[in-house]
Amino acid sequence: MTIMECAGCTLIAYGVPFSMFVFTIAHHPFRIIISMTSAFFWLISLLVSSLLWFAVVPLRNQLAFAVPFAVIFQEIFRYLFYRVIKKAEFALQKVQMQELTDKGMVFDRFAVAYAAGYGFGFISGTFAIVNVLSDMIGPGTIGIFGHSQDFFIATAFLTLCIILLNTFWGVIFFTSLDKGGIHRLIGPGIVVLTHMLFSCITLLNRKSQPLYSVSLAVGYSLLIGMIIYTLMLRGFTINNIRQRMNRD
Amino acid sequence: MTELLHSQADNILINDYERSDVAVLPDVAIIQTSTTGENVSSNAATASSHARVEPVDPQDHETTRRHRRDGNPEEQRPLNNDHEEIFKYGASHVVKLFVPVSLCMLIVILTIKTTSSYTPGGATWAYTPFTEDKPTNTQKILFSLANTFIFMGFVITATVILILLYKFKCYKIIHGWLILTTLMLLFFFLYSYFSSISASLNRPIDMITICFLTWNIGVVGMFCVHWKGPLRIQQAYLIMMSALLALVFYKFLPDWTGWLILGVISIWDLIAVLCPKGPLRILVETAQERNEPIFPALIYSSTMVYMITAVDPPAEPEFTPVSVNSTTAVNVDEPLTDEQRNERATIRNNNARRQLIPRADVPQTEGRREPARYVVERSNSPVPDDDDDEKGVKLGLGDFIFYSILLAKASALGDWNVTIACYLSLLIGLCLTLLLLAIFRKALPALPISITFGLVLYFSTVYIIGPFTAELSTGQVFI
Repeated sequence: MTIMECAGCTLIAYGVPFSMFVFTIAHHPFRIIISMTSAFFWLISLLVSSLLWFAVVPLRNQLAFAVPFAVIFQEIFRYLFYRVIKKAEFALQKVQMQELTDKGMVFDRFAVAYAAGYGFGFISGTFAIVNVLSDMIGPGTIGIFGHSQDFFIATAFLTLCIILLNTFWGVIFFTSLDKGGIHRLIGPGIVVLTHMLFSCITLLNRKSQPLYSVSLAVGYSLLIGMIIYTLMLRGFTINNIRQRMNRD
Repeated sequence: MTELLHSQADNILINDYERSDVAVLPDVAIIQTSTTGENVSSNAATASSHARVEPVDPQDHETTRRHRRDGNPEEQRPLNNDHEEIFKYGASHVVKLFVPVSLCMLIVILTIKTTSSYTPGGATWAYTPFTEDKPTNTQKILFSLANTFIFMGFVITATVILILLYKFKCYKIIHGWLILTTLMLLFFFLYSYFSSISASLNRPIDMITICFLTWNIGVVGMFCVHWKGPLRIQQAYLIMMSALLALVFYKFLPDWTGWLILGVISIWDLIAVLCPKGPLRILVETAQERNEPIFPALIYSSTMVYMITAVDPPAEPEFTPVSVNSTTAVNVDEPLTDEQRNERATIRNNNARRQLIPRADVPQTEGRREPARYVVERSNSPVPDDDDDEKGVKLGLGDFIFYSILLAKASALGDWNVTIACYLSLLIGLCLTLLLLAIFRKALPALPISITFGLVLYFSTVYIIGPFTAELSTGQVFI
């Protein structure tokens, strides 16, 4: 039961992201490196947020104080990562295209945005679930003191949700900043707002009888919203899609 | 001492890299680690030497993909001759280093998690004679410091003796030493590893099976590491040996001593490689003066190195990277692994010239779709290295070992967040080091940045991030 549950939850949380990795990132070393650096940036943002949480001793139990700041720091570091990538890209312009192609360092903006979002999401989900998974593998019964029995399943689904959400947030963020104009404000604004919304809704999970369906429902509907917005940003419209489908 | 070494030529010609210039060594970055006397001797600048000795081989040019990293594009040298490349490495080379480092760490962590005999605090060994169960913290720190200095004493002695042996051309001694240490590593440590595994898993294995396994694995290892063998097998043996050594270290190093050693050895690495009078720098320069490869042993290489032939008709201008699969000469008893490594490397190089090393693992470069070529022996005549397509990447085994030790200590707490944070920081440090290598194009130590990141993230994750994420995941709050 325990190993089974651990395997099940691992696959729920990491199944889709792992497939994403294998199909889109694994064969492109450049994207692997971007994802890893972006994961590192997330880690640093978490360090900053934890420092804040740690420093404000009396409010340590009130996660409602630390969570919005954590979200804000994450978005700040996402923006910082964007700046770093911009600088690198600018520097790379001096290099000849041939050399870049040989070394696999061609900047495909969408791929970079995707890899950055993926890195953020993967490490974010990992930090949320990996200790739970390792506890899950040992003996024990969940909910023995009257807590909810859906703890593990809900964690797994929420982890999947946050990984995917972060991926799309990354794409939206970077693409909007690249587009310029009004998108420079709308894109990051939407990302920050939806991120804040999702995290604050998950604060409701802290009650002794948490209603996971609320956070799950909100999370996945946000995910669908993000997917639609990303498609819009990338230039897909309903007519486009209809034409493509009719062509086939 | 871990170093990313660039060929000396780069140092000399700072603004003007003449690829076609025969005298110029191709850039080679070697990340080497000199470990403690026992374990790994880091060989500096092996790669650069390679370039000299087998002038044809493009050597492993370790380029760092500095494109996207926080690399300072502004620092990019304006080496914009038309045929000159700005980046020595691409992203794929960095990933080629990630994979073996990750594999080594994976083996170490799996072993630690599944068996109980590789936990620290069992026996003590001669290199860290003081134990750490002292009543007060101050005493613990003092004794740990004493342990660290004794240990570093051994390492420094080993390095200095190695340099001396190399300077006075006692290659045979070095060579013999290297062989002896790999012998010990492959047979003795492997045997004790199997014994511990079977003891921990509670499965009795008869002596005959263990001896059979150890003998076969050991002999094939000796062949692959010191002579010729398929590239993948060589790499696998190097990774395995690094993992075994890291486990031994992990088992015998007391807790605080381990952390202090990690810190001090990165500082030593920095000093040894960058200071003008640093031993490893002297080693590099001596090797370059003599036009010899510096200790290609004990270095993990991601591609096969071919020797270029100049004797044959000029129909074969290509160079394929030479495989420098050096193994870490781990010699618990003899601290002079560096020398062994170097010696072995030198001798191997000299012999290798006559051999034929089928092409393996040709990296993804276009121009290289030839069938396997045989290397014709060609001594010491410099051949213009026009073709740097086959670039592989090299990393000293000491680096593997110290990274794995750090990660093993990080995973000892049982908190996977710590392990993952340290793993990520080690890899990012490696990326950054390769990046700096591409920018500065000279010998650089590879340990300091990674170990610094690893240590900083370890302590901050344990004490600061850990409680925060524990609080978050207990309440299932997702930030």
